[in-house]
Amino acid sequence: MSRTLELQIKVASSLFLGGLILWGSFPGLMETAPAILRQFWVQLILATPVQFWAGLEFYQATIPALRHRTANMDTLVALGTTVAYGYSAVVTISPQVVKNIGIEPLPYFDVATIIIGLILLGRYFEAKAKAGTSEAIKKLIGLQAKTAKVLRDGKEIDIPIDQVVIGDVIRVRPGEKIPVDGEILDGESSIDESMVTGESIPVDKTKGDTVVGATINKSGTFTYKATKVGQETMLAQIIKLVQEAQGSKAPIQRIADLISSYFVPIVIMLALVTFGVWYVFGPSPAFLFALLNTVAVLIIACPCAMGLATPTAIMVGTGKGAEHGILIKDAESLETAHKIKTVVFDKTGTLTKGKPEVTDVVGDILQTAASLEKGSEHSLAEAIIRKGEAERVKFEKVTGFKAIPGHGVEGVINRQKVILGNRGFMEKEKVEVNGREIDKLENQGKTVMILAVNKKLAGLIAVADTLKDSAKEGVQALQKKGIEVVMITGDNQRTANAIASKLGIKTVLAEVLPDQKEEEVRKIQAEGKKVAMVGDGINDAPALATADIGIAMGTGTDVAIEAADITLINKDLRSVASAIELSKKTMRTIKLNLFWAFGYNIILIPVAMGILYPSFHILLNPIFASVAMATSSISVVTNSLLLKRFKM
Amino acid sequence: MSLDKIIVIIFGILGIAFTYWFFLMKKEKEVVVSESVDIIVEGGYSPEVISVPKGKTTKINFIRKDKSDCLEEVILPDFKVRKHLPLNQKVTIEITPNTSGEFRFSCGMNMFHGKIIVH
Repeated sequence: MSRTLELQIKVASSLFLGGLILWGSFPGLMETAPAILRQFWVQLILATPVQFWAGLEFYQATIPALRHRTANMDTLVALGTTVAYGYSAVVTISPQVVKNIGIEPLPYFDVATIIIGLILLGRYFEAKAKAGTSEAIKKLIGLQAKTAKVLRDGKEIDIPIDQVVIGDVIRVRPGEKIPVDGEILDGESSIDESMVTGESIPVDKTKGDTVVGATINKSGTFTYKATKVGQETMLAQIIKLVQEAQGSKAPIQRIADLISSYFVPIVIMLALVTFGVWYVFGPSPAFLFALLNTVAVLIIACPCAMGLATPTAIMVGTGKGAEHGILIKDAESLETAHKIKTVVFDKTGTLTKGKPEVTDVVGDILQTAASLEKGSEHSLAEAIIRKGEAERVKFEKVTGFKAIPGHGVEGVINRQKVILGNRGFMEKEKVEVNGREIDKLENQGKTVMILAVNKKLAGLIAVADTLKDSAKEGVQALQKKGIEVVMITGDNQRTANAIASKLGIKTVLAEVLPDQKEEEVRKIQAEGKKVAMVGDGINDAPALATADIGIAMGTGTDVAIEAADITLINKDLRSVASAIELSKKTMRTIKLNLFWAFGYNIILIPVAMGILYPSFHILLNPIFASVAMATSSISVVTNSLLLKRFKM
Repeated sequence: MSLDKIIVIIFGILGIAFTYWFFLMKKEKEVVVSESVDIIVEGGYSPEVISVPKGKTTKINFIRKDKSDCLEEVILPDFKVRKHLPLNQKVTIEITPNTSGEFRFSCGMNMFHGKIIVH
């Protein structure tokens, strides 16, 4: 029998039998009940299966726990209901014993049975709600393809996904799911990656491009080579990361941890105090007041709500992020992100596409520049070489090639010394340059390379990188939240300012060498601000690690995930603001949950003890205590589930 | 004050003292683990405290025998592990701690606790 069905049967039976007992024993109601239900012996017979069959799980949890000298909520329920049932059984079997101490022999089987029924009902709803908190993981696991069409020995065969090995050639037809990660060998297609990366627009892919397992092939047919299988695929990595984040603990939980360690023993002690105070100082019949209030204290205390307050919200929050391509490394990162006051964006590859292109060539220098750059690995060099190839220039032989980091390159072509680099390089080499022309290009956000032959200016090449589509909106979304946005780049100030102004960024840190980025982040932190650094996760790893929150624009497969606190696999810069907003919403939920869980216990335990009785004659019926207790943990889990409604 | 009230007060005080001693003053027995350990999950964790070597991989096998929903998950937050424990099945968690210290683990509702001591 499944746990759900078991709970359903137990709840229905307990509430039905408890209802009959209540009908036959509750003042005002019992007069309408058949005489048989008013018989104490009948009530005992009806209550016994509820206490020892439906309520067996409370004993089964309590007894081994006591062997470990520990206790939990089940202990309190077992104690509370046993006290009510035990007293009622004594009243039924030997009413004289109770009469002798001056108490009218009335049983409270309704209290014991209805409490068990309601607490089990609460547990049933709680289990259903809790299942919702781990939905994101189940969805991700469900994305996995089951089989792959692999080409082996010239034949196309369907094999289970776990039998696919690296190097297998796989064919994918339109509408099919891509089984594992790989590289396209032949064909082209448009691929919907939204389910894995959160990237909403289908991506066109062709030979040489990488494909991600579990994404959907929309239009073309293609074959590809499997490069990552099993636990190495991007989907498997994402699942692992989300699982790890959901297993981690937020610092805010520490206080709840501390209290929950002492909670149940303290409640038992308070129940003893309640009994003693009511018995000694309470009105007549003092024993009954003492008994019922003790049961109410044991039943109303709800340690579960405290235990569930933080983790359920973290699970929903991290799952929600993953659904939208925002991978959060752990609960601590999710907690810290809401305090971010400054976001530092690396320019190249983060705000821009990272593929610079030649926009202007001043002078007939493309052949010389492209030839010289052949030996360089710099991204600007690639742009110049691409331009040279596109213009079909003839590459000349270069001797004595040398790259001067932060300045440029030099070499000898046709026995003439050629240098190509920035203004600083020219000043160092004492080359006179045309400042106005350079200023003009730099003011347009272009990076200008100056070419000099034998220390004489020969021409200029301007290179520009295109801004990402989501850059401007991403920056604006942060600014709307009152978060300061800073751009950091190795570019000169003029070029950097021009790009920043296109994005509406006011603070620019220009001419910062890669190894100085970390230091710049530290300087902002020294002003007392919590800083998030957004970068590609590889070149900026030290800066990402130094920042309070490192956000990597990652592909989800490489070291980027390790270096970052948050990885945006959707590559959408608007998600930086979304991640911070998600953190704020999650923290608000956690605080509300903790406030509710603590407030509930702090207020209602004294009420159950009878603190309102001297002034207002208010006492808490143990049945109402069980209603409150059952709803308290459900309300905490439901409040966490409300996070799912947050629109990102 | 009547005799019954005096008896209730005395038993009440004794009960409180017993509760304090029973739950809050228990001594934890540390089990030294070299490679792997079976932890029985029944009304808590047996053994409750394990000590493992630093820098080495230790296999912790959780076997849940308790039907209680409370114990159906185990969380090792410092190792970022949250695992569902199916009834009567062995669930292995491998840890390779790189720092010494005491690391707590608990059930999903944070009611039952255990400790991993890394030497």
